[in-house]
Amino acid sequence: MSLDLLVAILMTVAGAATPLLIAGLGELVVEKSGVLNLGVEGMMLIGAVTGFAVATTTGLPVLGALGAMAAAALASAIFAFLVLTLMANQVATGLALTIFGTGVSALIGAPFVGITTPTFGPIFPEALTSSPLLRLVFGHSPVVYLGLILTLAVSWFLARSRAGLILRAVGESDTAAHAIGYPVLKVRYCAILFGGAMAGLAGSYYSLVLTPMWAERLTAGRGWIAIALVVFASWKPGRMLAGAYLFGLVITMELQAKAAGFNMFAPEVLAALPYVATIAVLAIISAAKRGGANAPACLGKSFRATA
Amino acid sequence: MMLAAPVIAVAATLLVGAALFTLLGHDGPGAVYEIFVKTLFNPYRWQDLLVKAAPLAMTATGLAIGFRANVWNIGAEGQYILGGLAGTGVALATLDMTGSWILPAMFVCGILGGMAWAAIPALLKTTLGVNEILSSLMLNYVAIQILYYLMRGPWKDPMGFNFPQTAMFTADQTLPMVVPGTLIHLGVPLAAAVALTAFLVLARTVTGFQMKVVGLAPKAAAFGGFGAASTVWIALLAGGGLAGLAGIIEAAGPFGQMVPQFPTGYGYTAIIVAFLGRLNPLGILLAALVLALTYVGGESAQTTIGLPSAATGVFQSMMLFFLLAADILVRYRIVSGRPAHAGVPAAEAAADTAAKPKAKAVTA
Repeated sequence: MSLDLLVAILMTVAGAATPLLIAGLGELVVEKSGVLNLGVEGMMLIGAVTGFAVATTTGLPVLGALGAMAAAALASAIFAFLVLTLMANQVATGLALTIFGTGVSALIGAPFVGITTPTFGPIFPEALTSSPLLRLVFGHSPVVYLGLILTLAVSWFLARSRAGLILRAVGESDTAAHAIGYPVLKVRYCAILFGGAMAGLAGSYYSLVLTPMWAERLTAGRGWIAIALVVFASWKPGRMLAGAYLFGLVITMELQAKAAGFNMFAPEVLAALPYVATIAVLAIISAAKRGGANAPACLGKSFRATA
Repeated sequence: MMLAAPVIAVAATLLVGAALFTLLGHDGPGAVYEIFVKTLFNPYRWQDLLVKAAPLAMTATGLAIGFRANVWNIGAEGQYILGGLAGTGVALATLDMTGSWILPAMFVCGILGGMAWAAIPALLKTTLGVNEILSSLMLNYVAIQILYYLMRGPWKDPMGFNFPQTAMFTADQTLPMVVPGTLIHLGVPLAAAVALTAFLVLARTVTGFQMKVVGLAPKAAAFGGFGAASTVWIALLAGGGLAGLAGIIEAAGPFGQMVPQFPTGYGYTAIIVAFLGRLNPLGILLAALVLALTYVGGESAQTTIGLPSAATGVFQSMMLFFLLAADILVRYRIVSGRPAHAGVPAAEAAADTAAKPKAKAVTA
């Protein structure tokens, strides 16, 4: 295998992993605060279509990514209001958010089907990417680097910062955190909005970087894989990075096998691979831990202030 | 308030939907009128409503059994596909045969196909503790690929001009019409029968009680001897079996063959139906008609006022949002002004008089 090809494959892995990583980190923070938001797929779709719409109309992909974050955060605010203020069931509300995002994105995106957009491509000058190895370091979209920085940032925030400690306390024991005087609902609102913005950014990565176009259900269930990765990562950002790149590899294998005309299996087998791999990974991780021993204790439960 | 919440939800959807679509540059009130009102005054559309509501009601009934016990099967779409495929397998094997046994055999295999697909998350949950939400959902995507593979390859009609679809089913393999001269096929009364049976099972049998207790008080259920594993199996097999039955009814009914366009999202819409019907099979029958209205009305609004097809999904998800929001009225009583006895905040006083909120914990 030539160096060029190897570098090309590694870059595809990073590209496929980045949205999973970013959306997964967002969901990780949300779950650490004790909230299970199953709407990641819907928020990613809203982000993807908003990013695309803003980028094509303004010609500025950066604005597209920012718009995607804002729109998805707005969608997550609906979820937050329902599960936090109205104490609705988190599973059902998350599902509703996904169905809503699928429908709304298709509605907004209808006029944008079949056109292309300026992409959110590499930022470093051409000169830096002349050789394959340099390209591996400098040839990515800025979002790829952002994903790595976010991993460090979230990791530091949760483990080392005071705010992160409060967020974890809220997720582990909402009543105790409330008794001490921490604003449980405010913390959870912030976490959910952050998760929404991250899902939006991840979604816009699909429509602005990976496939610079819009199609209905563009994210093809990747939001659900991101949620599964949180379980795989045992709610640890470092392991989220490993998990996302592992899945990036699985998705790349699918793409490369198709491109290379590899026909030992039907193409449908390859297309099903990421989903089967997700189930396999969940099975392995659950067998090792017997039911997510590391999950935040208050995950999925509503909180009502009693005094 | 238990019954008022769905009514409030539908009413709010109509109002906010009209406003939202106006904001998006469509004829909002016109869309609501076309979808939710005009359809009801067209007898021909009623047939459509019943035909669309049948698979929704069937699938939602199965899901509701699980949701009552906090078993979150969201893989109904995949189970519906596998049910359709299993029944289609029987149909393709019996293309040259005749006999009244063929259709029942297709039904049985459809149910078994859906059950088999739901057994995967059940097995993973009970043996390894894998979260059924994620595993059942992932299998939806796998099921679609199985469908594509079979349509493109082994099951493609050799006489079909290379279209990726099976041969048309024969007369013995398609659903008979219960009202001659209409679109109303056998699946419609069957869906009603399924819902009635499920209602009786849930209200009158130990199994029904088990699902309720496990959902409302898992610890009490464990002390009472209801096994967590058996609950998961019952929930997923019921959900999978009924989704599978809905699948073969669609394949042997409106489709009359198997095509790649077979999955139409009923498995996801059925989740909304189950909640709108308050997880009660009789309520689900009504809710299925309401959601069928969004499909049938949405289709006619496409042609009459050019409303995009995606509008249907938006209306459907808004209904679920508003229902979940209105549910707070079921669980809490609104108290105005200051509470009578000082020192107890309003929310506390309200919660004491109203039923305690149902804590629905989820392990991810």
